[in-house]
Parts: sequence; structure tokens; C-alpha cells
Amino acid sequence: MAKDLVKTLADLEEKEALKIVEDRLSAGEDPLKILDDARRAVELVGKRFSDGEYFIPDLVYAGEILKAITDRVKPKLTKAAEVKRLGKVIVGTVAGDIHDIGKDIVVFMLDVNGFEVLDLGIDVPAQKFVDAIKNTGSRVVGLSGFLTLAFQSMKDTVETIKKAGLREGVKIMIGGGQIDDQVRSFTGADAYGKDAMEAVKLAKGWIGG
Amino acid sequence: MEKQWQEMTADEKQEAQFQKLLRPKDHEGNDLRFQSPQTEANYKASITRIKDAIQLKKTPDRVPVTILPSMFPFTYAGMTVQEAMYDYDKCVAGFKKFILDFKPDMHIGAAAPGPGKFYEILDYKLYAWPGHGVAPTSSYQCHEGEYMKAEEYDLLLTDPSFFFRNFYLPRVFGALEPWRMLPPLTGILEMYGVAFNFIPYGLPPVQAAYKALFEAGAEALKWAMAMGGADGELKTLGFTNILGGFTKAPFDTIGDTLRGTKGIMMDMYRQPDKLLKALEAITPIMIGMGLGAAQQTGNPLIFMPLHKGADGFLSDEQFKTFYWPTLRKVMVGLIEGGCIPFAAAEGGYNTRLKVIRDLPRGKTLWMFDQTDIVKAKEIVGDTFCILGNVPSAMLNLGTPQQVKDYCKKLIDTVGKGGGFIMANGAFFDEAKPENVKAMVDFTKEYGVYR
Repeated sequence: MAKDLVKTLADLEEKEALKIVEDRLSAGEDPLKILDDARRAVELVGKRFSDGEYFIPDLVYAGEILKAITDRVKPKLTKAAEVKRLGKVIVGTVAGDIHDIGKDIVVFMLDVNGFEVLDLGIDVPAQKFVDAIKNTGSRVVGLSGFLTLAFQSMKDTVETIKKAGLREGVKIMIGGGQIDDQVRSFTGADAYGKDAMEAVKLAKGWIGG
Repeated sequence: MEKQWQEMTADEKQEAQFQKLLRPKDHEGNDLRFQSPQTEANYKASITRIKDAIQLKKTPDRVPVTILPSMFPFTYAGMTVQEAMYDYDKCVAGFKKFILDFKPDMHIGAAAPGPGKFYEILDYKLYAWPGHGVAPTSSYQCHEGEYMKAEEYDLLLTDPSFFFRNFYLPRVFGALEPWRMLPPLTGILEMYGVAFNFIPYGLPPVQAAYKALFEAGAEALKWAMAMGGADGELKTLGFTNILGGFTKAPFDTIGDTLRGTKGIMMDMYRQPDKLLKALEAITPIMIGMGLGAAQQTGNPLIFMPLHKGADGFLSDEQFKTFYWPTLRKVMVGLIEGGCIPFAAAEGGYNTRLKVIRDLPRGKTLWMFDQTDIVKAKEIVGDTFCILGNVPSAMLNLGTPQQVKDYCKKLIDTVGKGGGFIMANGAFFDEAKPENVKAMVDFTKEYGVYR
């Protein structure tokens, strides 16, 4: 093996990374091992982002390369990947708001950092979060929102979770363009994060891992 | 004899534009009749105040204050966003109430909601708006997508207008879908064959598209009359619209609605040369868009909402390579044409300050949101006027006292020596009216330069 997939992918060398994947597949290597390397590489990308070395385009590009790798590897998988997951996280953009770019990056980073993520999408009614908590037993919920109207929607969502008797069992984090600590306190959420890696940090702090 | 426009320096052009604003005309070209000597005095004082703040030559009489909302004026006046979009008279009345209640030095007009029926006629797919994908109380929101494909850069580069008409517009307006069938205008050359170019205009779907276009045009005109009427009336009451037009940073033009956020991010890695060429190609188009608008409105302030250059959205290197060079060219082009680029740096611009300092002094205005504007004052304060940055969260959830304390800090630091306009930091839909009022009233009282 000439070059290391973890390093190549973490350095965002797309063509080189895909070539390594093709070579390793042709050599008959266990596809799960390739996926694991790719996942570790993207974890490294997340770390570089936290360290201020990488920026949002780097995260998005890493996601695209990872997707291309997964597309190549998946057909070769004989058994379903049994990845050990740290825990479940529910994520969605709150009611009235249809912005998804920030939320999608959070979902992606949580996923590659070992969480099982239930992405409820955009414009999510409060009750849908409640149902998801009941159905999955998830202990962490992430609420995303870009508009000022999301402040109230987030508050309503937290209150609906509370009324359903589920507030004690979950930690709630919020994030998005205009979110700050004042908004956090208004909504009754437990924490806010300014970027996707802070969401990962918060989730790890609450769930462990 | 007065110098001809073409012979003037950029400085002289800017001065001439301000002088024109100071002697406003009505729609028939006569001197504007103000409602009272007091409203005339207020109007002229406001223009002089922002002129001094922008030019950085004189300290203004006090810190100017403005409000840059999105849907707040309409919700404040008791209507839904949907009503503001569909009932133009109601929209305008609500906006007037907002201005007369809060009395900022200047405003940005009632155009934010836009004409709902117009979007319906053309079947605009780029946005969700009340009744079309979001609730009546929600503001419109963009459906991001790749309305220009990764492999279409050459099409855009060869003939941007052809690309827009035959590819981009049919994708974002359902009613203009038949425009795909139109031949390029540049094929219309000589007697032989000229008629071939017109065959598509005889086809029923193309004719239907034009019928929709005429209807849309009539609707847009109806809306524009209402907006223009409101601007004119508010002016006679002493409140001027500061926005003379709109253009964009070339990177945002391609990244916002053509390639989309993800698309343009990928292009920086996968086809950087094509992207750079396209940015250069649309730069003169963006300059022309601003200059043309200023000519129409007689107002030199050209608004430029900046989106994808914010802290974190690009690395320093990417900002310097892809974002700033063509943005700077657009700004310089506007300045040379006598305009004042008014950039809204959405998000944070903390890591960009030393780069954007490279502009002619006293020729631009920058709205900051989550930028540390005390630090901005140190770095860019002798280059351009700073506007901002009362946070949306504070206006929405804070108390009037918190707002006053925040404004006091801004006036004491960023306001020092002029070159500062008090305003909110980001466009907002919701806020506590008493907080917005506190921002305006406190600035008028405490912001007087002595």
C-alpha cells in the first residue's frame, strides 16, 4: 500500500483517496476496514476544524469525498456494517424555518464522530420531536434555526417536550445564525453551540464516548 | 461652468450625488414640497449626517441611527407577512406607521416583502413564501439548489445572458420554462435566415410564457407604484430611503442562487480555474447593476448583502483568492461611478478586517453583525464608516436597559470621532418594539457630538 487513506482523505486529496480505495478493493481487502479508515479520516477533519485549521468548505468537501468512497465500497459489503455507536441524537430545524445547510453539517459531523443520528429534517413540529424521543429513547436533541422566529419555535419545542414529561431524560442543544446565550436561556435549552464540532463536543459530554 | 459627469473624479461624483440628495425633486422633476419646514430641516440634517459619517471628513452633529429590518415593520403594524406580500396598500401603510412610530433618521423602504402575486404568476421556485411552503406568519426562505450545474461554467462564460435566459431562469420560474426553446439573440444578423430566429416565438408554450411575463410586469409595476408612493410621502415627512440599489459580490452571485452553497464550495476544489474565470466575467455585470440602479433612483448608496465570505465560511486563503478580489473590483467600479457601496457583512468578519481595509477612504459603508466592532473601529475605522450592530437576540429577548447599555458602549467606542451609524446588526423579523425604540431614542439623545 503506497499511500495512507486516512492521511490522504484528511488532506482532502480526492482523486488520490479514491484511487487508494479502488486499489484496496481490487486487492480484496475487507470493505469494512476501508470504511473505518475513511471514518477516522473525517474525524481528523473535524479535529482540524475545531483547531481552526479547516473551515466549513473543508467539512463539506470531506463529506463529498466520504460519500464517493461509501458509494464504491457499499456494493462489496457482504454483511451490514456493525459500527459501534456512542448513542442516539435527534436533530431537526424547528417549525417555521426551512434552513438546512447548518443542520446538515451538524448531522454529518455527529454521524462521523460515532453517533446514530435521527435527522427529522426542516420545519419540524414540536410534537415530532416528542414522538422521536419516545420512539428512540434518545437522550440528546439538537434544535437548529436560522431566523429570529426560530427563537420562539425552539422555546415551544422545549416546552412541548417538557409537557410530554420527557424533559428530565434529555439534554437539548440549539444552534444557528443568531443563536447566543440569551436565546439559549429564553428557550430553556441546556446549551448552544456555535458550530458543528461544538455539537459533537456537547453530545459527547452528555452521552459519553 | 459645471464639470461634465465624465470629467469628474470619484470624489467629485460622490459629492455631486450628495448635493443632488440634498435638493430632492418630486416625480415631475420640481423641487420636492415638504410637509413642513421642520420635516425639510430633518430630511436635510439626516442626509448631511450620513454624508459626514460616510466621508470621514467631518464629525457629524450626532451619531446617525437607522433600522434595517426584514419583516418586523409589518408584524409590528399587526399584519402577517402574507398580508404584507399580497396587499400592497396595507404593506405601505404598515411601513409608514413603523417609520412614524420609531422615527429613525432614514429607512430602507417597504420593498422587503415583495409582490406575492408576481411570484405566483411566474411560479417562482427559488423560494418558499407564505402560502407557498411556509406559514402566513413566516418570512420567505430560499430553496437552495444547483440551478446552475457543475458542468455549465463554459455556458455561463460564453454568454451570461443566454445562460440566464435559456437555463437559469427556466429552472427558477416555472412560467418561463419554455424559454429553453429560444435561440440566441446573437444569431439575428442579416436578411437571409433572419426569420428562422423568430420561429420559436410563434409556438404556443413560448407565447404563454410571454403572456405570463406581461402579467408579471403589470403586477410588478403596480407594486412599484405603491412602494415609490410610500418613499415619496415619507420623504416629504423628513425620512429618506437610504437604499439606491442593489448588487452582489460575484462569489455570492454564483454561490447563492446559481451553484448553491455546496456547489460553489466543491468548485473551489474541483474546478478553481473555471470558478475564478466566471467570477471575473460577472464582475462588470455586477458593477453595471449597481450603477444602473443608482441612475434610476438618483441615490448613490448601493446595497451589497455579503453572505459566503463570513468567518468560517471560507479559509483566509480562500477568502483572499475567491471572494475578495472581485468584491473589491465591484466596489471600486461603483466608487468610480460616484456610488457608495453599502456592504452588509452577515455573520462575523473578524478575520477579514485587515483584508477589507484595502479600499479608498470614505467611500464605502459596512454593516457588521457578529463582528467585534470595537476592534473593527481600530482596524478599519479610518477607511470606512461602520454601521451596526445591536444583536437580533438582544432586540428580541433583551430589555430596553440592556439595549441602551449596549448602544452607549457603541457610541463611546465605535462612535468616537464619527464614522459610525447606529443600527441593528442583522435583518430581523421579530423584536420587542420597546427595544427597537430604545435603540433609536437613546442614540438621538446620547449620540450627540459635543
